[in-house]
Amino acid sequence: MLSGGDMLIRSLKEEGVDLVFGYPGGAALHIYDAIFRQDDVKHVLVRHEQAATHAADGYARVTGKVGTVLVTSGPGATNAITGIATAYMDSIPMVVISGQVPAEKIGEDAFQETDMVGVSRPIVKHSFLVKHASEIPEIIKKAYHIASTGRPGPVVVDVPKSTVNPAETFPFEYPKKLKMRSYTPAAKGHSGQIKKAVSMLLEAKRPMIYAGGGVILGEASHLLTELAQKLNYPVTNTLMGLGCYPGNDKQFVGMLGMHGTFEANTAMHHCDLILAVGARFDDRVTNTTSKFCPNAKIVHIDIDPASISKTITADVPIVGAVDSVLKEMLELIKGSDETPDESALADWWKQINEWRERHGIYTQSRYNTEGEQIMPQDVIKTLYEVTNGDAIVTSDVGQHQMFAAQYYPFKSPRQWVNSGGLGTMGFGLPAAMGAAFAVRDKDVVCVTGEGSIQMCIQELSTLTQYGLPVKIVCLNNQALGMVKQWQDMVYDSRYSEIHYEDSLPDFVKLMDAYGHVGMDIRKKDELREKMEEAFAMKDRVVFVNVYVDPSEHVYPMMVAPEGSMRDMWLSKTERT
Amino acid sequence: MRRIISVLMENEPGALSRVVGLFSQRGYNIETLTVAPTEDETLSRLTVTTAGDDHKIEQITKNLNKLIDVVKLVDLTEGQHIERELMLIKVKATGAQRAEIKRCVDIFRGQVIDVTSTVYTIQVAGTSDKLDAFVQAVGDAAILEVVRSGVSGISRGEKVLSL
Repeated sequence: MLSGGDMLIRSLKEEGVDLVFGYPGGAALHIYDAIFRQDDVKHVLVRHEQAATHAADGYARVTGKVGTVLVTSGPGATNAITGIATAYMDSIPMVVISGQVPAEKIGEDAFQETDMVGVSRPIVKHSFLVKHASEIPEIIKKAYHIASTGRPGPVVVDVPKSTVNPAETFPFEYPKKLKMRSYTPAAKGHSGQIKKAVSMLLEAKRPMIYAGGGVILGEASHLLTELAQKLNYPVTNTLMGLGCYPGNDKQFVGMLGMHGTFEANTAMHHCDLILAVGARFDDRVTNTTSKFCPNAKIVHIDIDPASISKTITADVPIVGAVDSVLKEMLELIKGSDETPDESALADWWKQINEWRERHGIYTQSRYNTEGEQIMPQDVIKTLYEVTNGDAIVTSDVGQHQMFAAQYYPFKSPRQWVNSGGLGTMGFGLPAAMGAAFAVRDKDVVCVTGEGSIQMCIQELSTLTQYGLPVKIVCLNNQALGMVKQWQDMVYDSRYSEIHYEDSLPDFVKLMDAYGHVGMDIRKKDELREKMEEAFAMKDRVVFVNVYVDPSEHVYPMMVAPEGSMRDMWLSKTERT
Repeated sequence: MRRIISVLMENEPGALSRVVGLFSQRGYNIETLTVAPTEDETLSRLTVTTAGDDHKIEQITKNLNKLIDVVKLVDLTEGQHIERELMLIKVKATGAQRAEIKRCVDIFRGQVIDVTSTVYTIQVAGTSDKLDAFVQAVGDAAILEVVRSGVSGISRGEKVLSL
């Protein structure tokens, strides 16, 4: 016989949950008492509920497991909303358990009452309101099943205090199987469609493989890599897909989209076939949809039917799990008498390599290296070298995020953790914290800016408490850089509300206050040495505050809103 | 184009708000909406009429299908179907008007279901067009109150929407 609270924690244990990120409060106290009574499920006390969700999110992104969050009702629940929305937009598996006022008080505007199921409704995959303690095991089982299968996403379980009352106990049995008549995520793709896709793929003269976050979520990176290398076709990744194909491979043409490489965006525009895998033709990729890839036939593989033909119509839609579909495609390709048109492909590669040579971002010509100032691109390149390209890199949102995406070629999936869909500033540090709980043998680095870092900076204290040696690399340009870039380009440099005057904290002193190490880097010639010094401190949190050229922009940048994918600014003065 | 989407969903609290929320969240239009439990009390049948081109309707049905509470759905307008809407309408009925309105009710195969010396309360069932026509026939001047149920629909013939 167990109380609702004990059942809840036991159910988490049965689900294999080892870590819960949370923050206690009135309505959640019975649950916290149940946590106190056991040792299997560990709880991490964050400093703000938003960070609990981002940390669980970061943990989920690097492990592939479901991240778990526990918050109290009212402000605890609403503080979690930004993190839930972040996970929702990037399809991250997460279960958020929120305390709620006692059932009999719901609707009475009780202390710390918020309709959490209602508030979170548009940003969850599903939600539950517990009505009776005896429902808890089945609801938890369903919550983890829904969060982790199909297109993953966050699930909210709202738990009224009355359902976890320690005075009332019930028999506990964790369900072994689930029956949900209304939820059957797609598994295998349609064989006829897959056959059609393979023959189109083999007939293509100018193919492009466009792979997104779904490949990582679907654990299909090795299959995608095998398929691409078998065919020798060029691969581009979305911001969310980085790492699903080795970033240093010669077939990789870089990220596409708003700040994608010249060669990726131009090749997309001119290709005659797009194999889209686990990507959703986001507006940051397509630019003006009516001008999108005018000559391309589109094969679109996605587990979510609603992602297919949402913004761009697919010629061959394939609804299914990407691993299963790619496996089937590979078998067909291997068994086929047909092979890609070698001479057409050679011409295509010649063209792509010429584009790459001309305007690729990995050539020194893309930004000015002659000046006195440290260039943000060089900071990322140095970071790459110092960490041997092996670090788990999280980022916040802004210019630094794009520089990290561009200049740190990710070798493997789950190495790059960023808020792609929602673009949540404040994500990077707590996400790194969540990642650091899961990954002990690699550097975990948060690439951030002096704007973003201040949105969840309180978590420096959590890092101290749990001894998590996260490294923070701050590209400090003393302004909200991406906003500034837009104000430069679209608003004639009318800088509206992007400067902090002289109010930026002394980050070195701040780190000291939290018991961490802070260092300022101002000179070009000390960049490498100081970064090495920072990463040599394996068991410390080190904040590397690098003063970078405040006038630098991120390029390439697609010309919006009227342009196609090939319309880009390549520098402040050069346009395609 | 006007469409009638019929949805079989779990009869649970919150299910309706998810459906309605989906429409507002994604900028889809709801013209009418009816919902009630079916003969299986664990299921509700919801009928929504909306308008949009094929692309929009495809997105609506796909997104509805993604809702965990939605078990099955059908776009009734894709095939042969029957639709009905119920209207209760209260009209001024005095003097010569009484006979005139009664005639009109008969023509539309409606029923007068409540009477006072000055007012008729009338029930009319039919397609939405027919109800519109009745409202027009009676005329604005006479109408005191109109209550419409929204459209319910069902496929013709053997086709059923069930588990």
